[in-house]
Amino acid sequence: MKYAIRRRMWSAALIVAFFVGWEVLCLALGVSDLVVPRPSQVMATLIARFPVLWPHILQTLWTTMIGFGLGVVVGVVIGALIGTSRVAYDTAYPLLIGFSSIPKVAVVPIFVLWFGAGPVPAVLTALAMCFFPIVVNIATGLATTEPEMEDVLKSLGASKMDLLLNVGLPRTMPFFFASLKIAATYAFVGTVLAETVASNKGIGNVMMSASSNFDVPLVFAGLFILAFLGVALYVLFSLIEGRVVGWANRRTDLSPS
Amino acid sequence: MNPDSAQIAPERKRAAVELSRASVDFGQGADRVQALQPTDLHLDEGEFLALVGPSGCGKSTILKLVGGLTRPSGGEIIVGGREVAARALRVGMAFQNPTLLPWLTIEENVMLPLKIVRPFRQDYARKKRGEYRDRVHALLADVGLEKFAGHYPWQLSGGMLQRANLCRALIHEPSLLLLDEPFGALDQFTREELWGTMQDLWIKRRPTVMLVTHDLKEAGFLGTRICVMSARPGRIIDDSPVTFPRPRTVEMTFQPEFVALNQRLRERIIDARGESAQKVAL
Repeated sequence: MKYAIRRRMWSAALIVAFFVGWEVLCLALGVSDLVVPRPSQVMATLIARFPVLWPHILQTLWTTMIGFGLGVVVGVVIGALIGTSRVAYDTAYPLLIGFSSIPKVAVVPIFVLWFGAGPVPAVLTALAMCFFPIVVNIATGLATTEPEMEDVLKSLGASKMDLLLNVGLPRTMPFFFASLKIAATYAFVGTVLAETVASNKGIGNVMMSASSNFDVPLVFAGLFILAFLGVALYVLFSLIEGRVVGWANRRTDLSPS
Repeated sequence: MNPDSAQIAPERKRAAVELSRASVDFGQGADRVQALQPTDLHLDEGEFLALVGPSGCGKSTILKLVGGLTRPSGGEIIVGGREVAARALRVGMAFQNPTLLPWLTIEENVMLPLKIVRPFRQDYARKKRGEYRDRVHALLADVGLEKFAGHYPWQLSGGMLQRANLCRALIHEPSLLLLDEPFGALDQFTREELWGTMQDLWIKRRPTVMLVTHDLKEAGFLGTRICVMSARPGRIIDDSPVTFPRPRTVEMTFQPEFVALNQRLRERIIDARGESAQKVAL
């Protein structure tokens, strides 16, 4: 436990040092706030403009969460299909790799063409960004399940569904959570990407219009918000992960005293 | 049709396991390898059969056939009066690797068969905190693991894991227990200790057991009967009963009759290996 506290203190210290260094460097070199504003200026802007920013934050947050939620569903279903069948794995993998290699910026205009500017392209871009790591991790987890573990259940007459529910999926959970943490941050990138291209709401849109007004502190305020949201989501999934798949980390606090 | 034929037919004990001309081939076409020659094997209920033989002789293949994990290339396998392919048997299996699921506690691991096997699974949701739990705890107490029910597998030693593994194989009271070198990876003393545990469990519950092992002492200690298999393609070349009184002790394994049995089996296996070595040389 002592180690965990010390580790967290070092993390916090690094973050503080980063911002202090940034502030000091800007002051020392006399950098204009039109180029790189100081963190204190960004925070001042953030607090002053917060009432205006809040609806945009909510917009970005809910479109991301919907896109992410859909991405998880799609990712888990495709991953489970691919991971449980060798044939499906070999057949579908090239197509999936191809799809994930497409720069998502290129897809946003198509989504806009189909659905118009607004939240729909943002949701779809978030989905497109985040489902692939989930597919890969679920498929890998299922495909690498030890046959011996399944043999024990098979000899009891377990059905395919029994195997998936009792061995395949629990065994895949650590992989799943690892991918969720990546996918959550990807989903934010997707949403903001779509918002910067075509939207009239959301943090991406705010940053776009702020930079065309040379309101650089506001652009940085947007970045701060995105970083904070990303970290918050990451922490949330880490906490859930710790509870659900603590067995994979051999956490000593799981054992009965 | 002779109306009396039913009465005249010789009375036979009910067979727990019956292999008739069962064979297994692996691979296709030119790569086809015969793993098991057509084999006949008959096991009565309550027997403890030890299968010994050189490695790669198809001992494990026989177990997998009987457990329904491998399909025969030819012949027929009847377990408990039904063909194995028809499934839904009450079989318990334990392998050399304990393969306990790392995300479940020992108690949950041992309870797993009750979640899968009929008729237990119908009542699983209702009884898992009551009757089933008590059952698991009673069985764990039999093997000295009652204090570790809430622990996770990685917190236990190899011998303890193997005890839990035996419990999992026995919790649904299988009429047939299939053991594939379950004590193979343990040190000598833990192994001998577990022979005792296994013998106690067998005396108390009397399941039919098929044990695959490469340890002749283990075969003699536990078995009511020992079958020796030849090297690949496997076949049974020796079938002898073991009549030492029970409960057997490790001390008995040093007595002359026991040593003589070991010697004889050893020679049979060495002969069998020699045959196959010659085949390779030719």
